[in-house]
Amino acid sequence: MAGVGEFLIRSRGRGRFDWSDIFTYLYLLLGTLIMFLPVLWLVLSSFKTQAGLLRFPPDLLPYDQRTVSVEGYDKPLPLYDVTMPDGTVRQLAQVRRVGLEGQMVDPAAPGEVIKVGIGDRTEVRELRLAWENYTDPLERFNFLVYLRNSIVVTVAATIITLLINSMAGFALAKYQFRGSDVIFVIIISTLMIPISVILVPVFLVITGIGWNNNLLGVIIPGAATPTGVFLLRQYMLTIPDELLDSARIDGASEWRVYWQLVMPLSAPALAVLAIFSVMWRWNDFLWPLIVLSRSELFTLQVGLASFQGELNTQWHYVLAMTVMTLLPITLVFALLQRFITTGIATTGMK
Amino acid sequence: MTREPRQAFTLPPERVTLGARLGHFFYMIYAGLMSVIGWVAEPLQRWVSMKNMAYFFVLPNLIIFGVFVLFPMLLNIYYAFTGGTALFPQDRPFVGGQNFQQIFSCTNFLDPNSCREDRFWRGLYNTVFYVIFQVGGMVALSMLTAVVLNRSIRGRGFFRSVFFYPVLLSPVVIALIWKWILQRDGLLNALLVTLGMERVVFFLNANWAVFWVIFISIWAQMGFYTLILLAGLQSIPHDMYEAADMDGASRLQSFRGITLPLLMPTLLVVLVLSVIRAVQVFDQVWVLTGGGPGTATVYVVQYIYETAFANQIQQFGLASAASVILGLILLVLTLFQLRLGRQSDIA
Repeated sequence: MAGVGEFLIRSRGRGRFDWSDIFTYLYLLLGTLIMFLPVLWLVLSSFKTQAGLLRFPPDLLPYDQRTVSVEGYDKPLPLYDVTMPDGTVRQLAQVRRVGLEGQMVDPAAPGEVIKVGIGDRTEVRELRLAWENYTDPLERFNFLVYLRNSIVVTVAATIITLLINSMAGFALAKYQFRGSDVIFVIIISTLMIPISVILVPVFLVITGIGWNNNLLGVIIPGAATPTGVFLLRQYMLTIPDELLDSARIDGASEWRVYWQLVMPLSAPALAVLAIFSVMWRWNDFLWPLIVLSRSELFTLQVGLASFQGELNTQWHYVLAMTVMTLLPITLVFALLQRFITTGIATTGMK
Repeated sequence: MTREPRQAFTLPPERVTLGARLGHFFYMIYAGLMSVIGWVAEPLQRWVSMKNMAYFFVLPNLIIFGVFVLFPMLLNIYYAFTGGTALFPQDRPFVGGQNFQQIFSCTNFLDPNSCREDRFWRGLYNTVFYVIFQVGGMVALSMLTAVVLNRSIRGRGFFRSVFFYPVLLSPVVIALIWKWILQRDGLLNALLVTLGMERVVFFLNANWAVFWVIFISIWAQMGFYTLILLAGLQSIPHDMYEAADMDGASRLQSFRGITLPLLMPTLLVVLVLSVIRAVQVFDQVWVLTGGGPGTATVYVVQYIYETAFANQIQQFGLASAASVILGLILLVLTLFQLRLGRQSDIA
């Protein structure tokens, strides 16, 4: 306790502890709760059974009714605590329910059937994670196909984005050529044009090429992102020209100057763009929704959205699939969080 | 951007870690791919001059950019003046300003009910309302959070990540997380009932639906802007505060006298980015409320999407006209904010 107290009272090194420090930590505590609790609640809920999800008020942790297998019955029977007429409490398994009466047997002596009013019994519950919420969708729905599509789109799009944007950034940063200013101005001026403004004509172009219902139609259009060109060009401007010239004197071709010298030196900016690209592509919804109409081509996001429409009553599956959708990006963040937060803060771009 | 002098990356031979092996593996793939492209690029350089290789470098980007951004932008304007339901432009009759006329046929512009395209105007007014309150609330909260995180606190890295985490989540995931919490038998209603209050079916009540749409998007996005503002705060030299402290300035005074003016450029960037993002609000809300109850959370992009792709009759011309209007609004907003930025630079 002394440690906690000391920790709480510690302040800006002047030994003075005032209202603003209390406010600071209260704010951060409240903020952490509001930011994390919804996700935590999702994860906890995703491990509850369908029956468990229907309870109100909801349980904090995933409980499930305990079942026992009783001799003479095929299926495991649900277990209840039963208050007997003489006041004693026995644990009985329910065979079936008839109206307001439950027909119970004692798991230890399954011969005799005891009739109990449903008011006299309460469920025996235990903590159990309902992994079937996760495994069932894998068999019953196209979940793995969606996952594969999302991975294909994210990886391919990120590689293409990094390649062509770094090439363009390199050309705009390190060459003086006719039209370079015009190209740069055009690219910058479209920084603010979102795809939602040009939905119809891009859809036309995709249809014209024949990329409707083709993952290429999701991958390619967003690959030439003005943000990426801008970010990489600005970063490559800081690489001294003398370095490039000395490589040229040593006989390196322009292509080798690009991939063996400029690219490794631009690693921090490339990493930031890679993170953005993964985030954009993994989470993209509107564009795949328009391009893909055959369900075997859906990405996770589109699949998830269509699930929640179809499986309106089957929240246990929807929740588990939501967790699986946010898991990859959460793992990446957990591994790289310091790098991501500082990287985005220093480039300050989106 | 300042960079530290790099050190040559060498590994001690006795400790080859898994990370280094993986790094080496990926580098080999990278080098292989690049060498393959080099088989085309290097002969090409002998052909054209060294200087003209620049065109080779910009070309792939330019082609994709031209085909999927620039050309569609021009085509969009043409589409706005055509009618019918055909997708390809050669099959579409030119109808002049009819689409715009249809959108603007209102007896009273302030009352969407009096408009032929009432859903567009509802969407527009809902978007304006959303932009004002979402951006206003989010910038204020991001600012507060950034100031709090900029104090010398324990575990700053942790808290920074906590506030940033929702930024990574997809709109669909965010919508589902909150739908689950806010549903009739959800966590929040359980809390209300435990506190002795009435249960609320949030998404059947227009005011609540609008409130939660704004709240959730602030929840989801504020971490990003907090990070940018925090970086801006950290670039303010510390001795300025010390000097103000010595002159006897209160904290509020030094916030108004030092922090705000020096943070202005960053604040403007945040404002521009968040307004442009807010104008496009769609996917999260679409999964969360579907635009309801009634038309309480229909926004302009949803109108465009429905008009072009989701309705029985696909009115591409009308949708294009609406997106031209949306594009013009974005343009005006950007120019306005650029002007604002220039003025604050002079001041």
